[in-house]
Amino acid sequence: MAPDDRPDGTPGVLADPGRPALGEPVLEIRDLVKHYPLTRGVLFKKQIGAVKAVDGVSFDLRKGETLGIVGESGCGKSTLAKMLVGLERPTSGQIRYQGQDIATLSGRALKAVRRNIQMVFQDPYTSLNPRMTVGDIIGEPYEIHPEAAPKGDRRKKVQDLLDVVGLNPEYINRYPHQFSGGQRQRIGIARGLALRPEIIVADEPVSALDVSVQAQVVNLLEALQDEFDLSYVFIAHDLSVVRHISDRVAVMYLGRLAETGTDEQIYEHPTHPYTQALLSAVPVPDPEAREHRERILLTGDVPSPADPPSGCRFRTRCWKAQPLCAEVVPPLEVPEAFREEGPARHPSACHFAEERHVVPGE
Amino acid sequence: MTDTDEPAPAGTGQEAAPLLEVRDLRVEFRTRDGIAKAVNGVSYRVAAGQTLAVLGESGSGKSVTAQAVMGILDSPPGFVTGGEVLFQGRDLLTLGREERRKVRGAKMAMIFQDALSSLNPVLSVGAQLGEMFQVHEGMSRKEARGRSVELMERVGIPAARARVGDYPHQFSGGMRQRIMIAMALALAPDLIIADEPTTALDVTVQAQVMDLLAELQREYRMGLILITHDLGVVADVADTIAVMYAGRIVETAPVHQLYKAPAHPYTRGLLESIPRLDHKGQELYAIKGLPPNLTAIPPGCPFNPRCPLARDICVTDRPPLYDVGPGRASACHFWKETLDGAR
Repeated sequence: MAPDDRPDGTPGVLADPGRPALGEPVLEIRDLVKHYPLTRGVLFKKQIGAVKAVDGVSFDLRKGETLGIVGESGCGKSTLAKMLVGLERPTSGQIRYQGQDIATLSGRALKAVRRNIQMVFQDPYTSLNPRMTVGDIIGEPYEIHPEAAPKGDRRKKVQDLLDVVGLNPEYINRYPHQFSGGQRQRIGIARGLALRPEIIVADEPVSALDVSVQAQVVNLLEALQDEFDLSYVFIAHDLSVVRHISDRVAVMYLGRLAETGTDEQIYEHPTHPYTQALLSAVPVPDPEAREHRERILLTGDVPSPADPPSGCRFRTRCWKAQPLCAEVVPPLEVPEAFREEGPARHPSACHFAEERHVVPGE
Repeated sequence: MTDTDEPAPAGTGQEAAPLLEVRDLRVEFRTRDGIAKAVNGVSYRVAAGQTLAVLGESGSGKSVTAQAVMGILDSPPGFVTGGEVLFQGRDLLTLGREERRKVRGAKMAMIFQDALSSLNPVLSVGAQLGEMFQVHEGMSRKEARGRSVELMERVGIPAARARVGDYPHQFSGGMRQRIMIAMALALAPDLIIADEPTTALDVTVQAQVMDLLAELQREYRMGLILITHDLGVVADVADTIAVMYAGRIVETAPVHQLYKAPAHPYTRGLLESIPRLDHKGQELYAIKGLPPNLTAIPPGCPFNPRCPLARDICVTDRPPLYDVGPGRASACHFWKETLDGAR
């Protein structure tokens, strides 16, 4: 394990030897919470509860790295993404960028920060205005942040961006419907790059795309990261894509992080039962694995975030659950059993963490 | 060799007549922008108890083929312009509306991707399930309700008796998909066509639903056509695979052989472009370019503009489905080279 591990057990930047040493944290998330109130009544609204979409999430994003966030629908990963780019205000907690808590900023200060944190959306069909030309779509960030590009330069800049994402710069006057899904996603990426941000939050950026086109867009995102020194928060439900693109991975379940670590730690040495179940359920494109794979089938559905289980949120579907799990919330830290040097030594929010290899192959 | 006398996919029971045999099916959509040739001579067979996976990307014609087989093609703009759909020996395309309707549901059923929009939102699931028994089997409402509860239990819906009166929106995505499966199974069909049945589901739920489907298929010895773009799901359940591109089958093979040694460059490109769960890997292989516009399919091999092996003949001559081994066929002039791993 790397010598620069943090006291809270988060693996340090040296933990992944495959990459050059990554820089300082560019984004520090602390105890982030987003509750959506549930109300009753029309005239006199009374709060009767809250949907706890995100309920205490902490992590760091470091310069130049890709942090993958995986989880199933309803786990809060998209709400988290929206808070990171300032589209939603957290109920509590901090999002620190360059030492400032962006959750408390407003007006001009918030606008300045937002320039550096851009978002790429999932659906290339609905996230582009059908009545705007590609040039207007990609250039729109310059209308909001005119200081980023003087008016005369904009057309040239937009054409450069089209070139960067692999589209013909002459397409600048075309409309979104004249492009395929993969090309539209490239347009969305070009828009995200327009202001030369430091951080890009990508929420399921390739899940709407066909396999052959998905590979093109993943490769593009990786090339752009190197070219522009970007840090990515890459949110997806496809565990294979996340492994491919991420330096570190966080597994999210019902508003909280269950396990965090390098791709190697999470995929080869998972210690949280949810991660293990999730990995074991992924269909692997190898018919030989059919016979000798061990699949952990979870029973039931994810509980409602309006009424999450006490203690460990996963306990209602966990085959290891004990009375303790209902009483005490397991903290996200390196479990007692894995304090020794080794790949299982990474934060896992389980009272009964055990290493189990579940990914077939290798 | 023509498209119609292609080698039969392996494991489809040569001795008995196949349950379903599609021969040289052609479908086109007449649109304002011209005629989109969605299906251009597709042939496949499924036997009882067998699973045929039809793999393809959007626009490959995999769903349109299934819709034509089921007789639920939107027409206009879609028209079946040729071919036969032999189901238990009868050509469904020659049947009248009423007769076709009797086959659909009772003998063959379909499961769709999006359960929420496929179920009627203003009827309880019990009423929707029961309707099948009332219409097709003439049961009373009470009997039908009893059967509905049994079916819901069979597909693993907890507290079925209490939930039979609930509406679709009151169920989770996975449970709704189970209800769709229950509806498809209601009249004990011989063939099920499942069009991306788990694509909208989370991975843990997807595993549950696919397991259920496979179990029921074994139990009732149904033929299953699984339409999907997911190479992982296919590897898990299929016996044979048909890979579609631009409205044609470009390769068909038993599942193990296809993954081990693809005989068509498109299949190989697909297999190489998916990221792996078991290792991080380097840069992904990406098939260059885009699938063709169906109103202007390239001459020769439709894959030639994207193919790393393409030569002059690929632009001029359309490759037939060559017999490339037992139960295997590939529509590539250079299938030998592809099998040998040429790039």
